[in-house]
Amino acid sequence: MGEKRNIAVTINGKKYQEDVEVRYTLADFMRQQLGLTGTHLGCEHGVCGACTILFDGLSARSCLMLAVQADGHEILTVEGIAPSADKMHPLQEAFRDNHGLQCGFCTPGMLTTLIEFLRDNPDPTEQEVRIAISGNLCRCTGYQGIVAAALDAAQRLKAIKEAP
Amino acid sequence: MKPPPFSYHDPRSVADAVGLLSRLENAKLLAGGQSLMPMLNMRYVLPDHIIDLNKIEALSYLRESNGALEVGAMTRQRDLEFSDAVKARFPLIHEAILNVGHRQTRNRGTVGGSLCHLDPSAELVTMAAAHDATVTVAGPGGTRDIPFADFPVAFMTPALEPNELLTTVKFPRWPAGHGYGFVEFARRHGDFAIASAAALLEMDSSGKIKRASLTLGGVAVGPVRMKNVEKALVGQMPSEDLFRQLCEECRKVDAIEDVHAPASYRQHLAAVLSRRALVAAHGRVGRA
Repeated sequence: MGEKRNIAVTINGKKYQEDVEVRYTLADFMRQQLGLTGTHLGCEHGVCGACTILFDGLSARSCLMLAVQADGHEILTVEGIAPSADKMHPLQEAFRDNHGLQCGFCTPGMLTTLIEFLRDNPDPTEQEVRIAISGNLCRCTGYQGIVAAALDAAQRLKAIKEAP
Repeated sequence: MKPPPFSYHDPRSVADAVGLLSRLENAKLLAGGQSLMPMLNMRYVLPDHIIDLNKIEALSYLRESNGALEVGAMTRQRDLEFSDAVKARFPLIHEAILNVGHRQTRNRGTVGGSLCHLDPSAELVTMAAAHDATVTVAGPGGTRDIPFADFPVAFMTPALEPNELLTTVKFPRWPAGHGYGFVEFARRHGDFAIASAAALLEMDSSGKIKRASLTLGGVAVGPVRMKNVEKALVGQMPSEDLFRQLCEECRKVDAIEDVHAPASYRQHLAAVLSRRALVAAHGRVGRA
């Protein structure tokens, strides 16, 4: 066993205090030590985007961070997106309705990436959506369904925001 | 693909980081991690010590002073992307930064990390060369300034001593109304540039070119300033024909070859992209 450190991190609103080996990536820490397997690991060198999480509200690749670097920070993973156990996030609903996933491997990274993107850019063009997900690889859908889902989700989120 | 065991250090000041660098054998500095972490995961690098710079708050800032943009080494690429000052007064940097990886990597990746990694295709490396930037490095004896032109000493090798770290980069400002253009050729958006070109143009009152900067990225082992093209542009009336003719010179650059493109293709791109960058710059004169 290598060198360890004690870290305190908030993931999806829940506080964790854990001893972690300093060489552990944040992705491996969440998946293997905490059992949060919603975050997927594809390439493990920062290319595929499947491990994307929100780190203090900003998207980041969790395979390119050490778990010790999360000490004192807040993380949102795909497990924390839905408002409750029986209700999905509008973005998740849009993915389901627009065939935004097939095998689902890239989906956690797509969702976290798009949550940040739609927050910063609530009324995007199709081209902007394509650039936003350019760092996330999908081998099933040809991206069409994902782009449609993102544009649909933007409309749904806008309707919720504008509702009285 | 997991990092090998190492000792982890997280200094809070530049002095502490320099102290660790001087004391520890086989140590690597960890900035944004967007290049080092993949190399650790794949075990291309096997450091005994990781010195994490992310807790040195003094290295994270972006300010304008004495006509230059001063950027702390640990400033995130995202901060350049969303800076109004950069967009208004350093528009070439704003245009280029949107091509740096993806949003997820710009949120973590740092300016200093990219400059020290010195990938020849890196947009920030091209920006530093294009603007005649100056970098400041800190070592046991204090700090020293290095003109960016002297910073790359070999392929992906900066002019840093083993116990030095980069603290600041200063980009001198071009006058209001200057023209700018950055164009890049990559397989997909966010991929490493196979070639890129950056142009800056300043005109005199008669509409002739007063000053020009033309830089190639991704073409050679380091960024290339096309000094002879710049010199030939000065005093000329700008036109696409002039740019086309002068940019032929870019085909002579000693180009690199890899799995993505042979040297001859990079030389061709260098000529084409240089012309496009100059055309874009000329079209924007008076607007920025």
